[in-house]
Amino acid sequence: MRPLLAVDGLTKHFPVRGGLLNRTQAMVQAVDDVSFTVEAGETLGIVGESGCGKSTTARLLMHQVPLDRGTIAFDGKAIGSREALSRRDLHRQMQMVFQDSYASLNPRLPVSMSIAFGPLAHGLAKPAALARAMDLLEAVGLDPLLFANRYPHELSGGQRQRINVARALALEPRLVILDEAVSALDKSIEAQVLNLLVDLKQRLDLTYIFISHDLNVVRFISDRVMVMYLGKIVEYGPVDRIYRAPRHPYTKALLLAMPSMDPRRRTQEAPLSGDPPNPINPPSGCRFRTRCPFAEAVCADVPPALTADDGGRAVACHMLSPGSGHSRA
Amino acid sequence: MAPVVSVKDLRVRFTTPDAVVSAVNGISFDLKAGRVLGILGESGSGKSVTLRALIGLLPPRHSRVEGHIAVAGHNVTKMSDAELREVRGTKIAMIFQEPMTALDPVFTIGEQIAETIVRHEGVSRDAAYRRALELLEMVQIPSAARRLKAYPHEMSGGMRQRAMIALALSCRPAVLLADEPTTALDVTVQIQIIVLLRQLQQELGMAVVFVTHDVGVAAEVADRIAVMYAGRFVETGPTDSVIRSPSHPYTAGLLASTVLGAAHGQRLEAIPGAPPDMTSLPPGCSFAPRCRFADPRCRHDLPGEYPLAADRAVRCLRVAEGEIAVTSPR
Repeated sequence: MRPLLAVDGLTKHFPVRGGLLNRTQAMVQAVDDVSFTVEAGETLGIVGESGCGKSTTARLLMHQVPLDRGTIAFDGKAIGSREALSRRDLHRQMQMVFQDSYASLNPRLPVSMSIAFGPLAHGLAKPAALARAMDLLEAVGLDPLLFANRYPHELSGGQRQRINVARALALEPRLVILDEAVSALDKSIEAQVLNLLVDLKQRLDLTYIFISHDLNVVRFISDRVMVMYLGKIVEYGPVDRIYRAPRHPYTKALLLAMPSMDPRRRTQEAPLSGDPPNPINPPSGCRFRTRCPFAEAVCADVPPALTADDGGRAVACHMLSPGSGHSRA
Repeated sequence: MAPVVSVKDLRVRFTTPDAVVSAVNGISFDLKAGRVLGILGESGSGKSVTLRALIGLLPPRHSRVEGHIAVAGHNVTKMSDAELREVRGTKIAMIFQEPMTALDPVFTIGEQIAETIVRHEGVSRDAAYRRALELLEMVQIPSAARRLKAYPHEMSGGMRQRAMIALALSCRPAVLLADEPTTALDVTVQIQIIVLLRQLQQELGMAVVFVTHDVGVAAEVADRIAVMYAGRFVETGPTDSVIRSPSHPYTAGLLASTVLGAAHGQRLEAIPGAPPDMTSLPPGCSFAPRCRFADPRCRHDLPGEYPLAADRAVRCLRVAEGEIAVTSPR
């Protein structure tokens, strides 16, 4: 079966300018040779720490920033090339919800108009667009009679995020990218919005890309998960296999770093020391090697390739590829 | 042993031209030296305001603090600004979520720590710099001697957090107030700071009040937990027993809505509704409008703090009368 989204070799380096002549002084390797697929109907989780490239990946998928290299195909059609899907068509198929619920809404528009804005821009008549907005308010659990004419500042964070979900769904997209969409919400509200997302996915046959730094939330909502570190995929596969038996040393450390929830079994030692390095001039070879307890010479020389096993999991680590030259391989 | 922090019926109100916000509505607790109290609550529950009241950081013109706060024998609510400045740093210190609220961007880390030590202890600048170096080593900043000369913007987030902890501990406070100090950090850095704080707390025998919205973080650091809702402690008790068998419906709901251990893709047991408007709290239990166990009395009578077995207390009429038992989520 053809995947709904196929991404191959996605790369984005941002120049860092400075100095007297504003020359390019360095490159931020935000996303480097990232390839993955998203099947129709699944939820792909993307996890990683700050600077790992998860949000840049989302922005590249939405064509909010131009990509340097790589291809993106939606339902078999390349995005960006001439004969392919235009940006207008793309935005009908793919929509995004952001972390900051307030910044994503026009403060001068009543929320029903914010929801109807996309359909209006795509040529739907105003009464029909507003009717769709009312239906969507209902669908995200807000009474249209009470909420349609309110302004963003009159709503709570959880209510605003429901509006953003409704707005993202207004063009009836097939894929929704949720970039830290529940991260700013309180736990009790986060649970409500997560329930809503699970319900909507079933009712509307949606596919999600769910980006978060919260490992618990990603485990809860995702079918497959992709772990990123400094612009690279380090491990990628079915959520249960990765959480039960992580194989990349970074994935292991990330899971061990989660607070234990059991005061009788507290974390005695932090699995990693230091902060994630700056994505400007990342380490050579394996980018994790500067924090990896098992790093050897080969890790500095050769970037490890992402190698798949038969269970649908792929890992980029020299220790797991026989013949790599690592003593543990 | 006498408690090093003693709070009796603390109330904090903020007055704005339009309304009066009742942020803290009657909190009492005692904390002994060497113990860690975790205050767990969501945004607007009053947990940070409670901390600021303890160290006298609330703006006097816009806030009204009532009740009794004693820290290391000093009555904080009755002190002048000059007296407060003397107590801050030596008896009580605070660390924040965002280290740049505590660090001055135009001075090096070493200058800031040394200045604090000179100001409070009257030692020479050389001696103060030597202490500053020891402190940076104590918070495990690599190449500490070089970092002494670094400005805050030259450090990573985790290092800045360590520098702020060093600054807070520079005059050996008896009480450390921690306001979500790990919330803005990446998960691999967060656990480093948690382990460090726990280690320092034990070595120095400090009392710590640790405010967080994250049950996991509270489980890692706190001996006791106080769950805060709408400016009141709704449940208090030893961390282990509160997390394993919550008794207040809000605590149970909060634990059930943390997705840890929830079956994949299943519905979470979310608490319906939203926290109350702090400018017009309901007359009875503040949680009653969202509580599935609430009966008419809950909506009229404010529940007291009822003691339970095993050093626990709960602010719920129905639990106290044995009419409901909230089931444990795990």
